Amino acid sequence: MATQAAAPAAVSTGDHDRLIEVSLVKWHFLTGFAFLLIAMLAGLLFSMQFLQQYPFKGIEIFSPGRWRFVHTQGVAYGFIANIFLGMLYWAVPRLTHRPVLSRPLSWFLFFAWQAVILATAIGVLLGQAQALEWGETPVWIDPVAEIGLILVAVNFLAPVFKTKGPMYVTLWYFVAALVWTPLVYAMGNFLPQYLMTGVAAGAIGGLFIHDLVGLFVTPLGWGMMYYFVPIILKKPIWSHGLSLVGFWGLAFFYPLNGIHHFLYTPIPMFLQYGAIISTVAVELVVTTVIINFFMTIRGTGDMLRTSIPIRWFYTGMIFYFTTCLQCAFHTTLTFQKIIHFSDWVVGHAHLVMFGVFGFWMLGLLVHLLPRVCNRAGWYSRGLNEWHFWITALSMLVMFFDLMIAGLIQGYMWRDLAAWEETIRASRPYWLVRSVSGTAIIVAQFLFAYNVIRTLAMSPAPEAAPDGEAAPDPTAGGLATA
Amino acid sequence: MFETKSGVFLVAGLGFFALAFMVMGLLPWTIYRNEPEATVAEMIEQHGIVPEFVEFAEKFPDRFKEYYGDCNAASFEAALRRGHRIYVGEACWHCHSQFVRPVSNEALRWGPVADAKEYQNELQRPVLFGTRRVGPDLSREAAHRSNDWHIAHFHKPSSVVPVSVMPEYPWFFDEDGYPNRDGMAIITYVQWLGSWIKEYPYFLGDGPRGPGEVEEEKLKFDDI
Repeated sequence: MATQAAAPAAVSTGDHDRLIEVSLVKWHFLTGFAFLLIAMLAGLLFSMQFLQQYPFKGIEIFSPGRWRFVHTQGVAYGFIANIFLGMLYWAVPRLTHRPVLSRPLSWFLFFAWQAVILATAIGVLLGQAQALEWGETPVWIDPVAEIGLILVAVNFLAPVFKTKGPMYVTLWYFVAALVWTPLVYAMGNFLPQYLMTGVAAGAIGGLFIHDLVGLFVTPLGWGMMYYFVPIILKKPIWSHGLSLVGFWGLAFFYPLNGIHHFLYTPIPMFLQYGAIISTVAVELVVTTVIINFFMTIRGTGDMLRTSIPIRWFYTGMIFYFTTCLQCAFHTTLTFQKIIHFSDWVVGHAHLVMFGVFGFWMLGLLVHLLPRVCNRAGWYSRGLNEWHFWITALSMLVMFFDLMIAGLIQGYMWRDLAAWEETIRASRPYWLVRSVSGTAIIVAQFLFAYNVIRTLAMSPAPEAAPDGEAAPDPTAGGLATA
Repeated sequence: MFETKSGVFLVAGLGFFALAFMVMGLLPWTIYRNEPEATVAEMIEQHGIVPEFVEFAEKFPDRFKEYYGDCNAASFEAALRRGHRIYVGEACWHCHSQFVRPVSNEALRWGPVADAKEYQNELQRPVLFGTRRVGPDLSREAAHRSNDWHIAHFHKPSSVVPVSVMPEYPWFFDEDGYPNRDGMAIITYVQWLGSWIKEYPYFLGDGPRGPGEVEEEKLKFDDI
C-alpha cells in the first residue's frame, strides 16, 4: 500500500561511525534531559506562588515571574531544542547516507547553544526579559541565537541537498522545519521590537507564539515519528498518500494560525476569522495523520505493551489529537469568550508541549539512549514502566484539572464575580496542578536514576550495539521490514 | 514537487511561510501604517503627567529628588520607561493583561473596550496584550487605587487582598519601607495605564459614572 521514496542503500556498521557522531547525539540528549529537570523544577517553584507557599519569598533573584521565564525558555530551548538536535544528528545522516556538513561546526553549535541557554537564564533572572511570549530571551542574545539557528539549518541541509531523487517523509518535515525555524525566530524577535508597534506587532507576536510550536516543534516531532515508528514496528507507514496530505496540509494551514492567540483584540476582524478557519483546517489535517499512524500500528497493537518507546509515541499521538480537537473548538469566538485568559489555555499548552512532544522525546530517549551510550539495554525496565505510567497519568490529571479551572474562571469572570472570589475558587485546582506537577517531576527523577545506573553499567560488547527495542542497525531510515 | 527538495524547500518552506507572513503579518501592519507610533514624550505632552507621580514628589520630596530630580515631563518619562522595564522584567504581563475585550462583560468590569490607537506608542513595543489573567486587567488601572494602596500591595499583596497570589516585591522599597526608585517607577507606570481615558473605570459599580456617561450597549449583560 505504501510506496516509499527511494531509500539510500543499507548502512554498514563501519559506515555508521563515518556518518554519525554518536557522542554528539548522546550529549545533546543528556543535556536536554538535564534542562527538562531544571525547567520542571522552575515550573513547580512558580506554581507554589499560586498556593501562597513560595519558598523564596522576597528574594529578588527568585522573583517568581522571572522563574516562569526559566520554566518556558528552559523547556523550549533547553529541553526541546537539544533533544531535537540530537535526534537530527542521528536521523539525517542515516536518511541521506551522508554526514552533516561539519563535525567541528556541530560541536561548536553544541557548546554555543548551551551558552545561549545559560545566558538566557541569567539574563531573565536579572530582569532583562523581552516582552514577547515564548521569546523572552533578552534582546542582546537574539542575534546570537538567530545566527546559531541559521548555522544549524546549513549543517543539516547540506547532506540533504547532496542526495539525489525524492526524499522520505521525515525529510520533508525536517527540511521545512530547518527553513521555518530561523525565519520564525527572526520575525518574532526582531520585528515587534524594532520595526512594528502596537496592534500590528501583536499580530506578529501571535504568529511567533504559534509558529514556534507549529513550524519548529511540530514538524520536527512528526518527522521523528515518521522515522522511528516504522523502524520500531518494522513495517512501513500505512499510506503514503495520507503522509502527503498531512505534510502539505500542515505546511499550508499552520503558518496562518497565529492570530487566534489574540481574538477580540483590535487586530482586524477578518484576519481573526481567517486564523480561526485555518486553525479548524489544521484539525482536519491532523486527523488524517492520526488515522495514518493508527492504521500503521494496526495488527501489531501488542507493541504498545512490549515497546515502551512505541507506547510513549502513541500516547503522545492520542494527546496530539486531543489537543488539536480541543483547539478546533476553543479557537472559535464562542469558546473564546469564556476560556481566553483562563487556566484552560495553560492546560492546553502543557498537554501540547509536554503531553505530546515531551512524551515523544522521552520515548526517543528510552529507545536510543542506551544505544548512543553503547549499553546493551536499560538498567531497569521496571523503572521505565513507572516513569511512563506516573508521567502519563499525572499529565492527564493536570490537563483536566486546568481545563475545569479555566471554565470556572471564565464563567465567574463573565458573571462579574468579585476578582477575589475567582481566585478563591481557583485555589483547589492550583493545588492539584502543583501536586500532579510534582508527580511528573518525581517520575522524571526516577528516569534520571535509571539513566545514571545505565551509564554506570559496563559498555556493551561491540557485536551488539543495539538498544532496548533492538531496531535493525542497518536501517537506512526506512522500515526495511 | 510534493516530494522533491526544491518543492519542500521553496514552496512549503519559503513560499507558504511568506504567504502567511504577508497575509497575517504585513497586512495588519499596512492597515495601521498611517497610525503613527507616539513616543513617550509625545504621550506625556498629549495627556499630561499623572497626578500620582506628582504625589510622590510631594509626599517623599527628599527621596524623589534623589531618584528623579525635579517633577517634570523629563523625570516622568524616565519613571515611565523604568516602570515599563520592570513590568516586563518581572513578568507582570504574564499574569495581567492589557486589553479589554468587547465580550464576556469585560466592558462592565474594566471599562471601555481596547482601541487600536491605545497601542500605538513606544511602551507597547512589543505589545503587552497578555494572554493570561491571574490578576486583573491593568489597561484601565490609572487612578483606580491610591498610591498608598499600591505601596502596601507591592510590598505585601496579601496585606490588602488576603487571597492574592501576587508575589511580594520588597526590592521596590528602601530599608525604611518607602518606595525606592524602582517602586516609584512601577507604581507610576501602573497609574499611567489608561490615564488617557477620561471617564474613570467603573469597577463593580464603584466608579463615578452617571447616566449618559456610559453607552447603553455597554451596560447590557452579555450572556452567551
